[in-house]
Amino acid sequence: MEKELLKHGLHVNRRHFLSSMSIGLGSVALGSLLIPDLFRSTKDGVVDEAALGVPHFAPKAKRVIYLFQNGAPSQLESFDFKPKLREMWGEELPESIRQGQRLTGMTASQSSFPLVGSIYDFQQYGEARAWVSELFPHTAKIVDDICIVKSMHTESINHDPALTFFQTGAQQGNRPSMGSWLSYGLGSENQNLPAFTVLLSKGKGNGQGVYSKLWSNGFLPATHQGVQFSNGEDPVLFLNNPDGMRKEERRKMLDQLALLNEHSFQKVGDPEIQTRVAQYEMAYRMQTAVPEATDLSKEPDRIFDMYGEDSRKPGTFAANCLLARKLSESGVRFVQLYHQGWDQHGNLPSEMASQARDVDQASAALVKDLKQRGLLEETLVIWGGEFGRTNYSQGKLTRDNYGRDHHPRCFSIWMAGGGIKPGMVYGATDELGYNITTNPVHVHDFQATVLHQLGLDHEKLIYRHLGRKFRLTDVSGKVIRDILT
Amino acid sequence: MFGMVKKNNCITWLSGPVLLIVFFSLACENQKKPTGEDIPESISYNLHIRPILSENCFACHGPDANKREAGLRLDREQDAFAALKEAPDRRAISPGKPHQSEVYARIMTADETERMPPPSSNLSLSNHQVQLIKSWIRQGAEYEPHWAFVPPEKATLPEVEAADWVQNEIDHFALSAMEGKGLQPNKRAEKQSLVRRIYFDLTGLPPSQEVLNRIEKEEIPLNALIDTLFATPAYGEKMAVSWMDVARYADSHGYQDDYYRTQWPWRDWVIHAFNQNMPYDQFITWQLAGDLLPDPTKEQILATGFNRNHKITEESGAIDEEYRVMYAVDRTNTLGKAMLGITLECAQCHDHKYDPISQEEYFQVFAFFNSVAEKGIEEASPGFSKKSPAKLPLMEITEGETRDILQFINMPDSARRVQTLLANMSKGTNYNSLLAEANVLKVSVMGDLDSGRTTFILDRGAYDAPTEPVEEGAPTAILDFPDHLPKNRLGLAQWLFDPNHPLTARVYVNRVWQEIFGIGLVDTPGDFGMQGSLPINQALLDWLAVDFMENGWDIQYLLKKILMSASYQQSAAVTPEKIEIDPDNRYLSRFPRQRLKAEEIRDLVLASSGLLNREIGGPSVKPYQPEGLWEAATSGRGNLAAYQQDTGKYLYRRGLYTFIKRTVPPPQMILFDASNRDACEVERVKTSTPLQALAMMNDPFVLEASRVLAEKLLAEKSSLPESIHSAFYRIVGRPPDDKEIAVLTATHTDFIEVYNKDQDRAAQVLAVGEYPANDSLPVAVKAALMQVISLIYNLEETNTKS
Repeated sequence: MEKELLKHGLHVNRRHFLSSMSIGLGSVALGSLLIPDLFRSTKDGVVDEAALGVPHFAPKAKRVIYLFQNGAPSQLESFDFKPKLREMWGEELPESIRQGQRLTGMTASQSSFPLVGSIYDFQQYGEARAWVSELFPHTAKIVDDICIVKSMHTESINHDPALTFFQTGAQQGNRPSMGSWLSYGLGSENQNLPAFTVLLSKGKGNGQGVYSKLWSNGFLPATHQGVQFSNGEDPVLFLNNPDGMRKEERRKMLDQLALLNEHSFQKVGDPEIQTRVAQYEMAYRMQTAVPEATDLSKEPDRIFDMYGEDSRKPGTFAANCLLARKLSESGVRFVQLYHQGWDQHGNLPSEMASQARDVDQASAALVKDLKQRGLLEETLVIWGGEFGRTNYSQGKLTRDNYGRDHHPRCFSIWMAGGGIKPGMVYGATDELGYNITTNPVHVHDFQATVLHQLGLDHEKLIYRHLGRKFRLTDVSGKVIRDILT
Repeated sequence: MFGMVKKNNCITWLSGPVLLIVFFSLACENQKKPTGEDIPESISYNLHIRPILSENCFACHGPDANKREAGLRLDREQDAFAALKEAPDRRAISPGKPHQSEVYARIMTADETERMPPPSSNLSLSNHQVQLIKSWIRQGAEYEPHWAFVPPEKATLPEVEAADWVQNEIDHFALSAMEGKGLQPNKRAEKQSLVRRIYFDLTGLPPSQEVLNRIEKEEIPLNALIDTLFATPAYGEKMAVSWMDVARYADSHGYQDDYYRTQWPWRDWVIHAFNQNMPYDQFITWQLAGDLLPDPTKEQILATGFNRNHKITEESGAIDEEYRVMYAVDRTNTLGKAMLGITLECAQCHDHKYDPISQEEYFQVFAFFNSVAEKGIEEASPGFSKKSPAKLPLMEITEGETRDILQFINMPDSARRVQTLLANMSKGTNYNSLLAEANVLKVSVMGDLDSGRTTFILDRGAYDAPTEPVEEGAPTAILDFPDHLPKNRLGLAQWLFDPNHPLTARVYVNRVWQEIFGIGLVDTPGDFGMQGSLPINQALLDWLAVDFMENGWDIQYLLKKILMSASYQQSAAVTPEKIEIDPDNRYLSRFPRQRLKAEEIRDLVLASSGLLNREIGGPSVKPYQPEGLWEAATSGRGNLAAYQQDTGKYLYRRGLYTFIKRTVPPPQMILFDASNRDACEVERVKTSTPLQALAMMNDPFVLEASRVLAEKLLAEKSSLPESIHSAFYRIVGRPPDDKEIAVLTATHTDFIEVYNKDQDRAAQVLAVGEYPANDSLPVAVKAALMQVISLIYNLEETNTKS
């Protein structure tokens, strides 16, 4: 870091630089948009030197791309094949299975809970003979590269708290997001790009919205906040100079700004002034780095073909997958995608098909693309939603139409690369797809595992705030060693 | 575990030189850095020992009865000195005898199975900490009550050497502490910077051109200036900014679809209350319990909106009781953080691990807030309006009342009301039900069920796991809840303002101090408990707290006391020597320079360019915002699905009035560390990121202000140096010096050259913002001056209170 700053002829903010040295800068991670000020100490939010010392062990993965399927895709029409549900079509959910588990406010008053099997067919693929539904033909082709976890479970039964729980480890919000934790723990590989970026897209299915608290830094310094990249003219807020202003003019202006700030420093002597100068220089570098990292125009046709026609349309999930690969390649630690539209309370057969069409090809292409570039080993790709869906129909059940309510007790996600065993199916649910029968994976276990793959011990990646130590996994979570290479 | 004593424990073989060697190796193992800290002659439990025990021991040997290991409790003298449950012949602490104290044995042992804290806890003591504990035991292991739980007292003013620097009592304490550190205070600040500082602290705005001109010519007594500023409406607005963070105020309900909420009349009341200089005890009492006062006025009930500002779900599947409990939890935690400065929330699921607050006591406090006549989710109940902008219990405010008893409410006309409520919503059920509400202004307020509601302790804090019933009460470690007080929120307020309450005044005084100096005397303003920081100058904090109470909880009195001190009025100049001794300026041997808050940056830009709309209160407004932010995140439902930017005068309101949609808070505010209003916040962490620089360089509102000010100065037909001088003066608050004039003139020369050759680009640069352009001026000249002004807005000094 010293070099980085000296390269730009800037005086390091000596006071903070030295104080951060004293706690072992070499081992402490640097924030994504690092300014020495980050290490301001004596606050309750001080970097806990005893704990950090990261990485805690040799990382398998360097980066994460998280393809979040917002709204909760049905496991029963994707990866968790339940022929029994077809046999028992229309029959009542047995109380021996439900065992009085709570339901959402939407179906709690439903007088009947008729079981419903997938309207879509399943086949087995790959060496693991993994079941994949016909809605995901491209994913079916990469099953030997991914690990499907069918035994995920979570604590909340509604979108907002469940999504927040997945991303921040707590249902209530105001905690740092997983990407923020990684930014805090590992910093950025690229000094000119944020360590944690967010890309949004929407399908045509029933959507549930996203909330900026999902990529919030919580109580961590704002340098660890997820930076939303949009598909508009300004990929990052306020990135572009105003119309009519050229780069060389901005440069000149910044030189004059630095002169005046330096002049002020001579009078006042506050090192914060030099921090400000460094801040403007980083902004200037970002103005070049971000457009380069987000420029898809030089991608060859065969790449667009791989990700699908949608990938040529900015703002689609497919385009975001391609963009995610580029950002990840450029050293962005955590690229978080959200694709809305997976909340199929009704019209599941048609909506789910449309949602799957949006994401299937591009998700698989991303895995293949990373693999062909030799990047899959060091990049962890995650695909999944915030909970699962009920095995009984919400609303009217007909032969060709039904809906499914929220179901936190079991659902499926997949992971690939980054030291996760390829070609594996982990965990199982009962024959009606209601309860987990083997190897349950709690959200905190999942989070612990993700951190572990990046070389971080979830029990040691802590931050002191309001008198106590906080971690992503709160007070629980265990690494799922079975699925690690 | 602690009590599991083995016969062959380390003490028997650790003696003499061996001890030293083991000690040394232990030290090497545990130490990440050399301490160089000496063991003080007299060891204080509060100052030296409790922080170590709290951090390393209390989680298993502290207040939480359920997690207590080996039945041993170290946070209380009687337990620590008693015979060990598992080894009655030994004691955890034998006063005067470290070598006969199990505590010392266990922190010293090399045997990992014996060592405390156990290696599995990821905790370890440094050599220095071990030495402190040893010396403390040797000196008699004297426990002290936690400083913050003992009522504050006024100490005698300390003697100081540089007595002629002192202006009031504050300076005695501050200077004495400085001198103890070998520091000398700065001289008084220059008149202009001092006036600018006072303006920001009391109004959140820079001094106007007229004020700047006046102070150049005449001497204005600061005393009088302060009084004048107290009397301006901007004072209430400035004070409201941080109260909005405390009160988690927002303009949307906060979950998922995130519909619009009309809570702004409560915000107007806060501004009004500050402008009336309502005493703090009354200010809080009304907000906690205005509805329970005898014959409450509508204003008193409106004040209780404070406790309805929390997030409220409108997610269809939500379980009613789960959320209803969550709201009461939010109020309980807010009381803890905002008024008690205690992390009550840690006792929701189990006894507090560090502070003597049991889970039962948590639910006793919770009980005060548990009888509200509210729903967890209204639309799940039959007969409720969908997506109402206020939730039951609520009050309706008529136009008549805003002309009469609630004059401080800035009621918009009905067209504006419909516009703010329905925005660009498409027609449908929700549209119709909202339209039906547009005629009445509704605000969520407090009101209890007639029947009350029994409160139970909730196992692990879970809404569906009630155990024992409890009654309203307060943590006894802080102050007993007297029998004569009513067991309701009014009684709770009276308990808070009991003259013997150890926390209420300290916590507020500390936050006011923090507003002004950037860091509180206790730098953990939300945690005065065992894990919080000790005050940097407790005598000063206590003196101010008592003085505040003695003077009727008068907020302006407190502010004036601080602003009239030499500590406040000294210059902000920094020297390497001072940085060496006191890098974070905790001893205040200089005025701490601080970046302005998000709202202040906005207000500064608008005020100095002349764009600022000084209207007070009313519905929050939607100024320029980068396109597509709300649209990208929304489910598509609701009256806040798309950002409908305001126009005209609404674009130029103060930052306090910027619309806060919780799920997508305004980026300009968030970039500069403002709260997202998810929950009560008592401080803003200050960060420095390149995104802030990008915003200052490229945000249209800064560019528009630069253009408008350029046009204004050019219209005055002043010369270029005069224009530069005037712009700089308005924005930075002092005249530029020769060097600054020279650099800015050079900037101007660069740009005028460019724009003279390329008028189109000048026109492009000028085409920003909706404020009408002055077309009579030459574009190149306008654009060049605009760039100079934009540069001035980006100066570090501009955005710094110094």
